[in-house]
Amino acid sequence: MHPLFLFLSFVALLSALGVVFAKNPVHSVLFLILTFFTLSGHYLLLNAQFLAAVNIIVYAGAIMVLFLFVIMFLNLNVDTEPHKPAMAKIAAAVAGGSLLLILVAALKDIVPTGVAAGTPFNSQIGMVDQLGLKLYTDFLLPFELASVLFLIAMVGAVMLGKREAGERNF
Amino acid sequence: MIELPALGWQSIVIFVVFALSLLIATYCTYAERVIAAFLQDRVGPDRAGPYGLLQPLADAVKMFTKEEFFPGGANKVLFVVGPCLAMITALMSSAVIPFGNTMSFGNNLFFLQGIEVNIGMLWIFGVVSLGVYGVMIGGWASNNKFSLLGAVRAASQNISYELAMGMSLIAVLMISGTLSLREITLQQSVAGEWQVWNIVKQPLGFIIFLVCAFAETNRTPFDLPECETELVGGYHTEYSSMKLGLYLFSEYVNIFVVSAVMSVLYFGGFNFPFQYELRDWFINSQGWELASAQNLITLLGTVGLFLKIFAFIFFFMWIRWTLPRFRYDQLMRLGWTILIPLAVFNIVLTGALILFGVI
Repeated sequence: MHPLFLFLSFVALLSALGVVFAKNPVHSVLFLILTFFTLSGHYLLLNAQFLAAVNIIVYAGAIMVLFLFVIMFLNLNVDTEPHKPAMAKIAAAVAGGSLLLILVAALKDIVPTGVAAGTPFNSQIGMVDQLGLKLYTDFLLPFELASVLFLIAMVGAVMLGKREAGERNF
Repeated sequence: MIELPALGWQSIVIFVVFALSLLIATYCTYAERVIAAFLQDRVGPDRAGPYGLLQPLADAVKMFTKEEFFPGGANKVLFVVGPCLAMITALMSSAVIPFGNTMSFGNNLFFLQGIEVNIGMLWIFGVVSLGVYGVMIGGWASNNKFSLLGAVRAASQNISYELAMGMSLIAVLMISGTLSLREITLQQSVAGEWQVWNIVKQPLGFIIFLVCAFAETNRTPFDLPECETELVGGYHTEYSSMKLGLYLFSEYVNIFVVSAVMSVLYFGGFNFPFQYELRDWFINSQGWELASAQNLITLLGTVGLFLKIFAFIFFFMWIRWTLPRFRYDQLMRLGWTILIPLAVFNIVLTGALILFGVI
């Protein structure tokens, strides 16, 4: 295995564990950002430059900034954290464990494209132009449906955040 | 054995770009004072060295020798990480900017560019969007209400203006058809053809990008995160010594980088008018070889690009010492209700113009 892959996987696993085990929520968020960076490194190793850049822009650059923003406002500290009952912990462990089981069961039999004999594999598929052509020809319907879904989400967010008649914020 | 990409001589280019960014940022601190003095009809720094040219050195010595102060209850690790992140993200984006065309020595061809990738524009955009972490982490770790408010302001401001900035970049992408900054530059000047710089094709997009660039670099009139009339010093209230220095310094590196990006995207990058005619004149009338004539044009183009960058840096400083600061709700209203609809309109307009074959 490539040493860079091993290094990235090591950092990815370590920072992912850091997200779960960090006491301070701000540290958790920072570990999560580090995890996204290592994932982008993996995308680069897979020759998927576009996915790597978009992962950084969308997740590390926008979503995590908002996460950090909200957590800073909430001012969660270790001493203000409510004690969770044992029942909730057991339920969380069971739910997480069954999700892991389902993922492993679903993914254990897949054959990566290009590995099995006879499947054509294009090593340039991760480049911007190739990816764009693929999205706008073979996957046009799901792509457009996803954009409609985003539009609905945006309209919903605007509706929720809309000022009521007579309400003033400033 | 780890296989690193064969950089070779390209690493020298990377090192030169790195050193130049720092040098230019250093002298930006001097230029800021001189320009402020000029605009306010004062003398400005003139004590250290001839014309005060050693003032940045004196500032650096002052910064380094000041007390390292850690506020009580501060998160020590993140307090140090904050300014480091601000500096790293500021320096990272200059890697993909083409500072010049190619130079050839014998059979070796050099690109006057750190790395040439086909996602150059996305790289810039990604690194710029990460820039806010330095401010946020530093402001939060200071354990000070003013710092936290500055950090929160920086975060919401950057998120708001990133959207309009991204959409103004999409319009450039639509007319260029590539994300590589080198390709975008080369398209703005083709030998034997009548080509115009992107500013002519994208005037509205450029104005949106310019306004967003001011907001992303936290410059006046958008410097609400460090608004001293409301927040003492904003996110760097608790910082002293070189940690404060890094924050102030990263702002100038950011200005340099964003000026370079604007020059490349909208003002032709390393191209200058009549460059091919000049090259042919050197070859035909002066009897130069093609390679050496091309090298000379490349060098002149690099000088031209830096002149464009310096013009933008001057513009940044001119605005700072001319316009007052926005109020925070005005800033948000400008971002969300004016710039974003304008950027969407710009995309639609560009699409229509491309469809009807105008540009």
